[in-house]
Amino acid sequence: MLESVLFTLGLGLIIGLALSFASRIFYVYEDPRIAKVENLLAGANCGGCGYAGCSAAAEAVVKGEAPPNVCILDSKENVDKIAEIMGLEAGSAEPLKSFNDCEGGSRATDRFYYNGLNSCKAVASLYGGKRDCWIGCLGFGDCIRACGFDAIKMGENGYPVINKEKCVGCGACERACPKPILKVRTMTDRLLHLNAEDDALAPCAQTCPAEIDIPRYIQHIRHGEYEEAVNTIRERNPLLLACGRVCPHPCESWCRRGIEDEPVAINHLKRFVADYEMNSGNRIPIGKAPDTGKRVAVIGGGPAGLSCAYFLQRAGHRASIFEAMPKLGGMLRYGIPEYRLPKKVLDWEIEGILNLGIEHHTNVRLGRDFEFGALIAAGFDAIFFSIGAWNDYRLKIPGEELNGCYTGIDFLSRIGNEEPLTIGKRVAVIGGGNTAIDCARTLVRKGCDKVHLVYRRTRKEMPANDVEIEAAEHEGIEFIFLASPNRVTGDDQERVTGLEYLKMELGEPDASGRRRPVAIEGSETVLDVDMIITAIGQSPSAEFRGKGDRLDDISWTRWNTFEVDPATHQTNVPYIFAAGDAATGPALVVDAIGGGRKAARSIDLFLKGKPVVPQPKAILNKHIEETIFDSVLGIEKTDRVEAPEIPVSERIDNFDEVDLVISEESALREANRCLHCCRLCYDPDQARV
Amino acid sequence: MGDIFVLIISCIFINNIVLAQYLGNCPFLGTSKKMETAVGMAMAVIFVLTMAGIITWIINTYFLVGLGIEFLRTIAFILVIASLVQFVEMFLKKSIPALYAGLGIFLPLITTNCAVMGVCLINVQEEFSFVEALISSIAYAVGFGLALILFTGVRERVILGRVPKPLQDTSIGLVTAGVISLAFFAFKGMV
Repeated sequence: MLESVLFTLGLGLIIGLALSFASRIFYVYEDPRIAKVENLLAGANCGGCGYAGCSAAAEAVVKGEAPPNVCILDSKENVDKIAEIMGLEAGSAEPLKSFNDCEGGSRATDRFYYNGLNSCKAVASLYGGKRDCWIGCLGFGDCIRACGFDAIKMGENGYPVINKEKCVGCGACERACPKPILKVRTMTDRLLHLNAEDDALAPCAQTCPAEIDIPRYIQHIRHGEYEEAVNTIRERNPLLLACGRVCPHPCESWCRRGIEDEPVAINHLKRFVADYEMNSGNRIPIGKAPDTGKRVAVIGGGPAGLSCAYFLQRAGHRASIFEAMPKLGGMLRYGIPEYRLPKKVLDWEIEGILNLGIEHHTNVRLGRDFEFGALIAAGFDAIFFSIGAWNDYRLKIPGEELNGCYTGIDFLSRIGNEEPLTIGKRVAVIGGGNTAIDCARTLVRKGCDKVHLVYRRTRKEMPANDVEIEAAEHEGIEFIFLASPNRVTGDDQERVTGLEYLKMELGEPDASGRRRPVAIEGSETVLDVDMIITAIGQSPSAEFRGKGDRLDDISWTRWNTFEVDPATHQTNVPYIFAAGDAATGPALVVDAIGGGRKAARSIDLFLKGKPVVPQPKAILNKHIEETIFDSVLGIEKTDRVEAPEIPVSERIDNFDEVDLVISEESALREANRCLHCCRLCYDPDQARV
Repeated sequence: MGDIFVLIISCIFINNIVLAQYLGNCPFLGTSKKMETAVGMAMAVIFVLTMAGIITWIINTYFLVGLGIEFLRTIAFILVIASLVQFVEMFLKKSIPALYAGLGIFLPLITTNCAVMGVCLINVQEEFSFVEALISSIAYAVGFGLALILFTGVRERVILGRVPKPLQDTSIGLVTAGVISLAFFAFKGMV
């Protein structure tokens, strides 16, 4: 008895002593904050934060490797307490969310009905059969089983649907998915992601210069989820009201339905949802990442500048716009006439963008009202140039300085600015682009008796949009093709009396593939006009150059535009970026919007101290070869919706908007015409049903 | 020498601690979903079991038997194993941080592992010599590791299979363990 008591006591004593000494000898200093932080974590050891258990996460927080809100399950109070322990500001990281890029569409052959293992992973690794779509969802729901938060459900079409409320962004689904479909990203990542080769991209979405996910927003419209549709467009294009009206929709030329039928009226649908938001009177809230404290100066408040500022602001940076004109909008306001894009619509749209907290200054021109040095002194971390192309080219013919000669953008911007102008009775507009057509149609509304449009090639070669040309024809504008202005004639009071032009014929094709016009000797003809508008193209006006500051180091192209890396929009001065017409020369609004976003991506990288490099696999509006089909089976022809327009007689003498929005009924019908192509996902058998 | 070889074979295959003696089922099921985890656990068990086998043998032979108080064996072993694991954890953390980082998460799991306790008791019941006890401890631990790694390999594949709902996860795990156990019975004919 005694022995056993003594033995037990002795053993206890020895072990106790040994452990005490051991803990003294083997003591490793551990920051007491680690224990404190660990107590505030959820303690589930779920690994959602990416660290091996809660202690590892706590250690990372104390080491400063992880933000206070690293724990995906932690409550707001606990995050605040952790931030307090660490002396940091809470919420400095943006939440991650899972997104499913494949929505099935009309399922392609790749929806497996395979009698083996019931799992995507198994099908992807074991099944060796023919597979057309290496992107598409396999539909066995590995992601659903992987999700520990019940946030993914199988949708009725057999592809997983994510409940964004429940998703905590742990990344389990992304790891479980054997295909590049489920992606766990922050909002900023998604906003600034450029379309890539391995994304699920329909041909229209590949074409869109702003890279809008077109099938997705049409899908939302089809389901009556107009707000979601607006949000989808806003992920890539903040100017949907403007684009819905003026975009020449290059996407529609690549629409797969267009191969067998008329293409889907994508732009009418965009306008429909954009107008739906505006007419509802409520602005749909726009998400924003936590403030990063970095500041960017945006020079020029046109579409590229607004787009760049919008994406920077949503990514958490602070953008300040400096605009030379009295109001923001650039060419949208001063280049596009009221009857195509009413000013009050544009004002509403710009107000929504500025509501994100974007600072703006108008009536200030770089080089005249402020110097580049002042921007640097004000502490801007990067500068973005979106100054557009406002310098009209001149014809360089005699008599161009006479009274009554105007240039296109100058004329349109003065009309847009409501300056009083003497309008002639018989006018010649020179040029074949959209600016020329805009001038001509504006003149008709200003009460001109006769408007001629003088173009040196034929109608086929006109760069203006077809719909615009047609509308101009309906409004009685007379086209004079194959005519090259030679001289402007004037009277003794220096007023224009006529335009002498040479008749042309088409010769060999030139570098642009258009046949070069050649003058016919002795074919001088005089057109009796009292006003001439030259709209033959523009270049950026860079009067801020030559002041001896850093701006002089920027390289320029021979077209007088900023020389930028086409993928990053960075100039040769690392903190200066440029996009829009200033970098590309005159182009589409939607090009400027896309350029602004691409520049915002680079600026975001630059501000975060990462290398400004092109995104790997970005397609940059090139097409993915295997997705372009020659024929599409199983299409029944259906009528494409046409936007209603005001009859010529009612519109000819005023600036009311000509094209009207389509009705909800037409929008739903048109949305159902969409084949919902997701890269390859298209099954002719299903389409027939 | 022949006896030692037979002892090793018998400990690893014939009397496998998990598949024949059904000890240590908790970590066997718990850490067998991922190969990486399973290998870490196997290493930790080999390390701790060897240490525990030697120390409990010494305590038993020189103290418990010497003093004639064998009835305290269980309680003494529990104390010794638990404190040993704690000691090892502290030692590794200070001296071999790399090894600690590898085994760290699994060490506390072994504190209450019945396989460790079981092997220590078997060593005593079989009246092994010191060398035999050392070898049996290592061999049993290797047997545990082998079973765990084999089982994990199978489970990783089973996850891909179309398992009826009521049988999913642990249920199918236990069935699998049973089948592997049956397979191990075949080793009975070896000796």
